[in-house]
Amino acid sequence: MSDTHAQTVAYVRESMLPEKPAPIAEKGAVKWLRENLFSGWLNTVLTVISLLAIWYLLSAIGPWLLNTVWNAQSLRECREVLDGASGACFAVIRDRWHQLLFGFYPPQHYWRPVLSLILLFVALAPVLFSQLPRKLLGFSAFYPFVAYHLLWGGSVWLPISVILGFALGYVAYRILARIAPLVAITGAIVVPVLWWVLFAGEFTAALTSVAPIGLEFVRSDRFGGFLISLVIGVTGISLSLPIGILLALGRQSDMVFLKSVCVMVIEFIRGVPLITLLFTASLLLNYFLPPGTAFDLILRVIIMVTLFASAYMAEVIRGGLAALPKGQYEAADALGLDYWKAQRLIIMPQALKISIPGIVNTFIGLFKDTTLVVFIGLLDPIGLSNAIRADTNWNGIYWELFIFIGALFFIFCFGMSRYSMYLERKLKTDHR
Amino acid sequence: MKKSVFLGTIAATSLIAGLAQAQSTLETVQSRGELNCGVSTGLAGFSAPDGNGVWQGFDVDYCRAVAAAELNDPMAVNFVPTTGQTRFSALASGEVDILARNTTWTFSRDVDLNFTFVGTNYYDGQGFMVTRELGVSSALELDGATVCIQTGTTTELNLADYFRVNGMAYEPVPIETNAEAQQQYLAGACDVYTTDVSGLAATRASFANPSDHVILPEVISKEPLGPAVRHGDDQWADITRWTLFALIAAEELGVTSANIDEMKAGTDNPEINRLLGAEGDLGAMFGLDSEWAVRAIAAAGNYGEIFSATIGEQTPIGLARGLNAQWTQGGLLYAPPFR
Repeated sequence: MSDTHAQTVAYVRESMLPEKPAPIAEKGAVKWLRENLFSGWLNTVLTVISLLAIWYLLSAIGPWLLNTVWNAQSLRECREVLDGASGACFAVIRDRWHQLLFGFYPPQHYWRPVLSLILLFVALAPVLFSQLPRKLLGFSAFYPFVAYHLLWGGSVWLPISVILGFALGYVAYRILARIAPLVAITGAIVVPVLWWVLFAGEFTAALTSVAPIGLEFVRSDRFGGFLISLVIGVTGISLSLPIGILLALGRQSDMVFLKSVCVMVIEFIRGVPLITLLFTASLLLNYFLPPGTAFDLILRVIIMVTLFASAYMAEVIRGGLAALPKGQYEAADALGLDYWKAQRLIIMPQALKISIPGIVNTFIGLFKDTTLVVFIGLLDPIGLSNAIRADTNWNGIYWELFIFIGALFFIFCFGMSRYSMYLERKLKTDHR
Repeated sequence: MKKSVFLGTIAATSLIAGLAQAQSTLETVQSRGELNCGVSTGLAGFSAPDGNGVWQGFDVDYCRAVAAAELNDPMAVNFVPTTGQTRFSALASGEVDILARNTTWTFSRDVDLNFTFVGTNYYDGQGFMVTRELGVSSALELDGATVCIQTGTTTELNLADYFRVNGMAYEPVPIETNAEAQQQYLAGACDVYTTDVSGLAATRASFANPSDHVILPEVISKEPLGPAVRHGDDQWADITRWTLFALIAAEELGVTSANIDEMKAGTDNPEINRLLGAEGDLGAMFGLDSEWAVRAIAAAGNYGEIFSATIGEQTPIGLARGLNAQWTQGGLLYAPPFR
């Protein structure tokens, strides 16, 4: 090439040729397309068909979605604005969003459910992310009582007397622990129950009459829309995991009575559709309770949904337990750990880690199943979509409501699924 | 030991239940200060919550009238949304005091389910809706049609009867809800949509081009819709029945929510005076004061006012009075005398 690098031997090249750009078909988007979409005649055909399908969908939905009316008081007004063109009428969401979110909750108190939702995330944060300070867990423990008081209101002394029951149980445990562990556990259960059954009512009444502080009481039948889905879903989710763990352990237990009770509970509840349990909650219980006893319908539904999810959860966790090698149990025994310590330190961390996808699966299913309450006349988002359609202003509106409801559910379910993937990555210790 | 505790609990529970039942429904409602009224979870014109969460509609206004008569406050009603499946158990178990949920009065519901239907507040019947371009003018021309039909309702059975009697064939397209039916019908999945005429009118009113659809003249069934209460408390049944009659009689006698304040002072018509408590003391006979009917009528107006405000021809639903006109105008509404 140059004089300094004269060819010493004719057939040996001593200088590098300048780099040429890669062939157009082997780099960038074209390469990706060739490799992923057009790598053979079958894939090419499939790609073309898929593109056509996407185009077909977009050309059908796109104009409808883009030509959206937000300002109207009724479907008729929407149609006048659209003037024969195809277009969505999201004015119904603008008009009724508060109902879809809060049901009939008094508007001047909307801040209460909103604050409970924000606090829910605060309470969840230390549970979900281990890098946060552990002291926040204290708030998480109190959150259920805070949320109850925010949502339902009434006398502030009611949740406090319930908390006192737990505190008394703890004190009883600490005092009796010196005698014997079994006595301590019995005491820790009996003392709070006695407190709740015998004294808590009078304690609440007395303190309420002395210092009637608390938020305004909101009745359960004012709850509706997404609020009801979240209340049922979150309570069911947070209760079904511990109950499910206990049921799963009970099913593995050597104690015949305990084991058979757990098996019966799990198999009975798993063998019955959720809708049957909901009908039982809404209809059958009324016949057995004396007339006039107002046993809150939402509470009944929460109990049934929790039981249902717990049975499924127990089986998911049993799967995790079964996947653990027997050596782990033997190692725990060899270390001299007692049953609960072995479960807490060795078995459960591994079993739960294995079960994460199944657990989150159950959570998501449970959350979506809350829409089944529409069949017992509770106005959840789906129920309210019917009620909104029954208003003559909005009779005939359909897709807009379901798109809105679907989007809300998607946000929560997708969030749960992303978190479970994060957790799996974080806990991965690579057994491969 | 355990068994005796169990039996004792059952005995105590049934004792409490017995004691609670000893209190009449009226006393229960008055001590509660609120009427529990079972309504539909949403039926256009009959019961639906508005944008502020306040229930509106034809059935709703009847409950407000009852509440006004008993509790002196038309808003003292707790509306319990019930579905087709839960409505009867809600009433039987005492969760609601009265069921005003466009429920058809039938023999077995009245007798076998132990309910008392206190009257008919809307005479409905099953009809057919078709698109205008189908060119059908009578239900008898529907041989071979595909029909959208709500499953598990009396309409399904009526349809089968009607087509068999007239020697016609049809192909059912089963659907679950009215909303689904609207979509299926508009998408052309069926030629005909059949349900109660009031429902057809409401559905048709919601279409983009209502004039493209016709409701055929044939009405193939009797659907007297009425409020129902439990057996066993005749005083309660009387109050709810005569509140309905008071609304109907008020229309017949020309008493409206606008002129009731003048009329309750006394008029030349003794029947009006008895109804509004200016003469005699009818209310005391079933445990209310003499102005019970005044409050019931003032709550949402007389029957005609309620009808035209919720489902009448000025509303988008646009139902004509038809069978639901006063007997003097060729309808079936006929309130017994207030005497």
